[in-house]
Amino acid sequence: MGSTTMKLSAKGTFARGVHPHDEKSLAADVAIEVVPTPAKVSVPLLQHLGAQCEPLVKARQQVVLGEKIGESEAFISAPVHATITGTVAMSSVATLPNGRHVKTVPIKADEQQLSGDALFEDILGGDWPKTGLDRYGPDAIVTAVREAGIVGQGGAAFPTYVKLKLNDAKPVDTLLLNGCECEPYLTADYRLMLEAPDAIVCGALLAARACGAKRIIVAIEDNKPSAIETMLKAAEGTDMIVRSLKTKYPMGGEKQTVLAAIGREVPTGGLPLDVGAVVCNVGTSAAIARAVVRDKALTHRVLTVSGRGIRNPKNLLVPIGISYGELIDYCGGLTEDAARVIAGGPMMGFTLGELDTPVTKGTSGLTVLTRDDVRKADETACVHCGKCVDVCPLKLVAAKMALASKHGDWELARRYHITACMECGCCAYVCPASIPLVQLIRLGKAQMPKKITPRRTELRCGA
Amino acid sequence: MTQETVNNDATETEAPVTHVAPGPHLGGGCLTARWMMLDVLIGLLPVLLVSLWVFGWYAARVLAICVGSCVVAEGIFTAMRRRQCRLGDFSAVVTGVILAFSLPGTAPWYVAVIGSFAAIGIGKLAFGGLGQNIFNPAMVGRAFVMIAFTSAMAAGGYVASEKAGVPDALTQATPMTALQQEGKVASLGDLFWGDTNGSLGETSAFACLLGGLYLLIRRTAAWQIPLGVLLAVGIIAGGQNLMDLQAKWTVGHHLMGGALLFGALFIATDPVTSPLTGRGRWIFGLGIGAIVMLLRSLSAYPEGVMFAVLLMNAVVPLINRWTVPRPVGGPVPSKA
Ligand code: SF4
Ligand code: SF4
Repeated sequence: MGSTTMKLSAKGTFARGVHPHDEKSLAADVAIEVVPTPAKVSVPLLQHLGAQCEPLVKARQQVVLGEKIGESEAFISAPVHATITGTVAMSSVATLPNGRHVKTVPIKADEQQLSGDALFEDILGGDWPKTGLDRYGPDAIVTAVREAGIVGQGGAAFPTYVKLKLNDAKPVDTLLLNGCECEPYLTADYRLMLEAPDAIVCGALLAARACGAKRIIVAIEDNKPSAIETMLKAAEGTDMIVRSLKTKYPMGGEKQTVLAAIGREVPTGGLPLDVGAVVCNVGTSAAIARAVVRDKALTHRVLTVSGRGIRNPKNLLVPIGISYGELIDYCGGLTEDAARVIAGGPMMGFTLGELDTPVTKGTSGLTVLTRDDVRKADETACVHCGKCVDVCPLKLVAAKMALASKHGDWELARRYHITACMECGCCAYVCPASIPLVQLIRLGKAQMPKKITPRRTELRCGA
Repeated sequence: MTQETVNNDATETEAPVTHVAPGPHLGGGCLTARWMMLDVLIGLLPVLLVSLWVFGWYAARVLAICVGSCVVAEGIFTAMRRRQCRLGDFSAVVTGVILAFSLPGTAPWYVAVIGSFAAIGIGKLAFGGLGQNIFNPAMVGRAFVMIAFTSAMAAGGYVASEKAGVPDALTQATPMTALQQEGKVASLGDLFWGDTNGSLGETSAFACLLGGLYLLIRRTAAWQIPLGVLLAVGIIAGGQNLMDLQAKWTVGHHLMGGALLFGALFIATDPVTSPLTGRGRWIFGLGIGAIVMLLRSLSAYPEGVMFAVLLMNAVVPLINRWTVPRPVGGPVPSKA
């Protein structure tokens, strides 16, 4: 579809949605810290949407930081790399927070490691060019991004190179840099914008070159004025536009960002690409810069450990494959009234059963809620109040989809467009009867016979 | 997809105990169902005060009987069905109050009791309890006694038989009857403040608007429904006024008289028996308004609102079907 014909006025917001307390002040002013190298990491071979990687290394083999340890031939996939220097141990299996069982490559750390400030300098510090980027050709950028194993860092972890690859059938005119970070508690993207704006800008310029976008828009929610200011300053001399969007959940959802920032409606079951846009999380952008300019793989990421259930909320630069438990220990441990440990933010995150689960490329944070924070009311009967309908950003009728899923009525589920649901959780958040709507819908989507499920859509928070 | 749910207060152990539960993990996004019912009661307060002022202890009596009977009925019926009693959600109280407000102050005690049992038994629990019922329970009870005790509920039943010691209001005919039978037109001021005869809750437009506004602001009631009702009535009555400039009842009379505001704000907005989507609520509201006007013009029943609500209740499942919203981004493409 031609993108110019799809132009509507962009209002800086989308209809419906909810306004949870953002609770960002817990960690917003804590500068990014580098976590000391752990004794061991377990790097999952599947950290993205797509095909699982095959391990390239054997037990007892020596690897160095950034060395490729897993690769796949599939188109939609991304290689994985050693995130510390050390010795490979026997491969094992881990259960990721979303319930998936994946093979991992454990690495035992050597004594010699790049760590502390030197590591921060290497990953985010130093100078990032904003001019003269034409020496990197689009194909070279795409290849570098693929080789570096970069996937969307906002949550869904879609391989980034697939989005950047020039597609003649679907020309791209806009690159949207997603700095919304709409999940409560999380502040990692915010800190990154404050502390490494140049890397983000450099990555955005490169990404725009690769996908052929003519304009770059940085989308930031208006509850982060200092991030807006910093990005404006960093963007000076380039023709990047910084656009402040209304603070609202789920503004960081890809489709909501596109709608709010450039006024285009991404078709159901489609991608922003279908309306001429590529959306890229700010963290992903910094990773692109590093991959292209410094030829370094994605081995570390910034994430937030926050919530009232953790003693010292922090923003951390961590090696991928470190366990959640180690992050909790580093942040002072759990408080006595901690009630729920969540991988990601409290709206879309999954509770962690075991704390030795490894962090992946898509992990945006770790939220620990207290007993007072979590929802407690018992489930009662649906009172048909329609509040779930009033808040759904996609205009779906959650009450009916949940009902259909409960009764296995797939015809009803289809009539109410169950597969369009992105599981953002707004509906369950407001439901006065405390019905676990998202869980029911998710169950319905999984159990619905494939014949009537055309395509599964998920919310990519910033991807 | 972990299914284990939380919520045992028995976790008084020393170490923090964490649970696995489905997201979203934050609460407090909205009122609970119980709070919504409490809200309705709060919204009904102004109506209650006015009806006590106008009808004195006649109002108190009917109210007490209805609320008491509804609560008892809920208790008995749920016990009979071996269900856990859900009195805690206040819905029986709400039903009782709304039923009482739609009865005349002179209603005999057995009418109030039977109406209440019909409301809870037939109107709600026969359908499977709160959330499953198709018809507004209070209106089912009202319709039941209307048919069973025609004389007590007919126009004459609103006027107290003895003359001494009854509130003024009870000695007059209701404004609608007065119009139909004697051609007398109530003053708009009386309709607004509530100094007329009528069902206990319907007389004062002012009280209904005040309480209704509270519900709308709290978003306990969906705004599209009352607006739809008022719009339909306003347009149709306005049209009638224009065609017949001598009409005795003006738009103002139609909007403020005959339980219209009470029905639009408190009865039609019952979430359980109204549509889910915004568009559906518009259709629902407009439909009620149109039926009310139809009944007022063509039938001798002053209870147009009750029938209109019940009729539109019946088509709610259909309305829901017709108004499945188009998802943002269009319907899911089918890969045929
Ligand atoms: S918000 Fe909850 S109670 Fe209200 S209609 Fe939706 S599912 Fe039913
Ligand atoms: S989870 Fe699905 S149904 Fe619920 S608000 Fe989000 S998109 Fe709508």
